[in-house]
Amino acid sequence: MKIAVTSTGKTIESAMDPRFGRAPYILIVDDNCNLIEAIDNSANVNAFRGAGIQAAKAIADRKVDMLLTGRCGPNAFTTLEAAGVKVGIEQSGTVREAVERVKKNEVSIADKPNAEAHW
Amino acid sequence: MIIAVASGKGGTGKTTVATSLALVLGNRAQILDCDVEEPNCHILLKPTILTTDTVNLPVPSVDLEKCSLCGKCGEVCQFSAIVLIGKTILTFPELCHGCGSCSILCPEKAIREIPRNIGVIETGFVKDLDFVQGRIRIGEAMSPPLIREVKTKINRDKIAILDSPPGASCPVITTVKNTDFVIMVTEPTPFGLNDLEIAVEAIKGLRIPMGIVINRSDIGDSSARDFCNNNGLPLLMEIPHHRKVAEGYAQGAPLIESMPGYGHKFKKLSDDIQMIISESYEGASI
Repeated sequence: MKIAVTSTGKTIESAMDPRFGRAPYILIVDDNCNLIEAIDNSANVNAFRGAGIQAAKAIADRKVDMLLTGRCGPNAFTTLEAAGVKVGIEQSGTVREAVERVKKNEVSIADKPNAEAHW
Repeated sequence: MIIAVASGKGGTGKTTVATSLALVLGNRAQILDCDVEEPNCHILLKPTILTTDTVNLPVPSVDLEKCSLCGKCGEVCQFSAIVLIGKTILTFPELCHGCGSCSILCPEKAIREIPRNIGVIETGFVKDLDFVQGRIRIGEAMSPPLIREVKTKINRDKIAILDSPPGASCPVITTVKNTDFVIMVTEPTPFGLNDLEIAVEAIKGLRIPMGIVINRSDIGDSSARDFCNNNGLPLLMEIPHHRKVAEGYAQGAPLIESMPGYGHKFKKLSDDIQMIISESYEGASI
């Protein structure tokens, strides 16, 4: 299984970033916590609008199965849903800790966005 | 001739200046309220509205049977309003600016444009003055497309006075772009100065001549006047903080009606601006 995690840094020991579209990095890992890719999301950090959609497309294009993040807005959620990516929300701590919670089945999967659209 | 009335800070007196300037020019002028999110020239002018037209933005609708999933539409869109996800195309109409690039570039002609309502334009008159205003649809977040539509109503045979939204972002730039002169209305306070500096900086980039009107000119400090001197900006007019101005405003009366003598002041303002514009064109031709 491929898992995407919103992160403040490039390694799996980095602290997660609770924001989805505007996190500086999105790490792609396997279920054994091996880093596959660190996506540099800096272009989206200052995007006027549409950051969540672009981040969701980056994840969808990499055929990720699950996303771990803090908050996910409506446009990002719609995009992830269309791509069949499960959205694990309200995650915090390090990237490694979040991925380990998936193995223990402790991550709640969102059935709707948990953040407001912002302008 | 097109004159925009802008400000950095809100509530400095843009509408007060725009409406009185338009009223003294009368049948030579046309007023267009470009502050489409909260148009308020009508409160002071009480126009008779003759026409109300719906304004739509063309947004993409994708025929997935024709679509080859090439993704060109999403690559060209600067606003993430259309995106290829797996085997489908998602559209986000509220993000679309209506540029049409996606439908033009689609090799399969799978994208057609459908209208999305963004607001209305109303036209009418106040005595012999032409009146135009845009009103954005409630819930709509994007005003520049509607402002551009309002500006298509500019009558080149008249002096068009554009009442701009406050600030220094896209709606303001959309309003002042391609005008001949910008009147910056400010107040002599640290807040007024801070926002004036930002707005002047933004408009300098468009190379449009500017002048300053200081409202409530006898309060606050000298910073707005100093700013004019230090930046070579003409100080066009000062409006003192007078009880009669406030009383007239509170009753919805234009400044030139509530304050005797202001008719002449606004005529002079118009003459001074026309002189600056003609000088700037002469300068440009040398």
